Amino acid sequence: MSGGVTSRWWLGGAAALVVAVLAGLGVGPAGIAPGAIAGELLSRLPVVHAGRPLGRLDATVLWELRAPRVALGALVGAMLACAGGAYQAVFRNPLADPYLLGVAAGAGLGATAAIAYAGGGELLPLAAFAGATAAVTAAYLLGRSVGGRATATLILAGVAVAAFATAAQSFVLQQNADSVQSVYAWLLGRLSTSGWSDVLLVMPYVAVSLAVIVAHRRALDVLRVGDEEAASLGVPVARVRFAVVAAATLGTAAAVAVSGLIGFVGIVIPHAVRLLAGTSYRVVLPLAGLLGAAFLVLADVVARTALSPAELPIGVVTAFVGAPFFVVVLRTTRMAGP
Amino acid sequence: MIALENVSVRLSGASVVDGVSLTVPDRGWTTLIGANGAGKTSLLRAVAGLVAHTGSIALDGRESSRLRAPERGRMVAVVPQSPLLPADMTVTEYVLLGRTPHLGYLGRAGRRDMQAVDVAIGRLALRPLAPRRLDELSGGERQRAVLARAIAQEAPILLLDEPTTALDVGRQQEVLELVAELRAERGLVVLAAMHDLTLAGQYAESLVLLDAGRVAAEGPASEVLTEELIARHYRARVRVERIGETPVVLPAPREVAAR
Repeated sequence: MSGGVTSRWWLGGAAALVVAVLAGLGVGPAGIAPGAIAGELLSRLPVVHAGRPLGRLDATVLWELRAPRVALGALVGAMLACAGGAYQAVFRNPLADPYLLGVAAGAGLGATAAIAYAGGGELLPLAAFAGATAAVTAAYLLGRSVGGRATATLILAGVAVAAFATAAQSFVLQQNADSVQSVYAWLLGRLSTSGWSDVLLVMPYVAVSLAVIVAHRRALDVLRVGDEEAASLGVPVARVRFAVVAAATLGTAAAVAVSGLIGFVGIVIPHAVRLLAGTSYRVVLPLAGLLGAAFLVLADVVARTALSPAELPIGVVTAFVGAPFFVVVLRTTRMAGP
Repeated sequence: MIALENVSVRLSGASVVDGVSLTVPDRGWTTLIGANGAGKTSLLRAVAGLVAHTGSIALDGRESSRLRAPERGRMVAVVPQSPLLPADMTVTEYVLLGRTPHLGYLGRAGRRDMQAVDVAIGRLALRPLAPRRLDELSGGERQRAVLARAIAQEAPILLLDEPTTALDVGRQQEVLELVAELRAERGLVVLAAMHDLTLAGQYAESLVLLDAGRVAAEGPASEVLTEELIARHYRARVRVERIGETPVVLPAPREVAAR
């Protein structure tokens, strides 16, 4: 992979994110003209005295409704795509996604319990986060106590924990049939925010998690030749695996807590990046983060506008828009490929 | 120099290497021989620090178990028996992995590393193949890529586990000639494990015959490759001819052996 090809993809990824952010800020029922938004953005720049600020109402719509939602979509999208790539690297399994070790089932149980017993609200993200981390911790401890071949045991322990949490969730739902509707909505994912508070809630987790994953991208490349050879090349395999899984899990749990279960992003974005820009994790992980952010912000634009004023669950959009997109990528690169 | 003293390895409670002592001198080439399950690979893995052992393994005078993983990686390069080659990785990317122990935990490759990669690729005549994917290479080319990775590692000690298995006779010679040349150029210490006894005898200065994890015989090929020793420790019928000084081991069906 020559440097030129790679840097072209960096530019492409950054451009995609910029376009997505502008679309996310510009599209909505309030109908603020693109030029006015550009003026507002320019006027917010320090030093440069250009542009013209928006009126008070439009400014509120832009900065208190749209901007936090765009920021949240970018954070969650980057997190899910990057965590998915990291899981695929650590488990050397192309079908791994960030929900592999029970994050989804644990978060689902937590969220369901919060909705059923406390009416959701403020408690929901906290309960989902606690459920997700508890499930993965249980899977990890279970896998370790069994021992044996590390990765396969860990995945199987995750399957067991996920089955258990899903059963518990079903039980809670059976007891509280009136909460099915809100639990179902949460399961399909949503990015509706209460201003900046959700963004600020997940930001530290996502930042740390992304930093840890991206910092390990070279070590994850070495892991591709197998644990034993990686060890003979001086890579502390167990430490790398633990650090990356812990970071990806924590970040995913935080993302799930504020956005519900958004499928598809974690598995398909890293694969699309591999098809487009090569398979080295040095490129795949950061680029998946960029494109995951752009993809989810755009998906949210579709979710907000397709059935306006009603909203589609974003999980439906990611799969509905993403699946055909992925097929196109798959077809073009396979046909043009080596 | 590699100095082993009373080295034992147990796997799941079973003893697979049992009190082995041997020395490979500087610039020396020693090849481990022995039947399947005699402990050759386990002994190599112990030297590479990939499996726990008792006894002492000194690498250039430093106790192996006290070395940190990257330090050991800078001292010992391993060519495994069946390396896992990521299908879609290019030859250059793969050879670059050999620089890992020089980079540190989160480090990035610098000019010095790219230079070592370039030298290794050139030395193993891989330049035309450098941008190719590993799954597009033939068996011999793959083995050269693995060797290039080990060379890029610039470790003074080279461990080879069955480096010629699955290669045709020409590629076998090619790989072993390359190792011999590299040893001469760089003053490498080579410890190998091989099944082909004739080839083992042709390239190594010293053979160590293992049986059930213990050293059954050691010395130059002419002393170790004898019909009695091979019959006893391989439970095989062979005839050993000599071409010049070098023993040639021939499998002998019953009627040939009786003749």
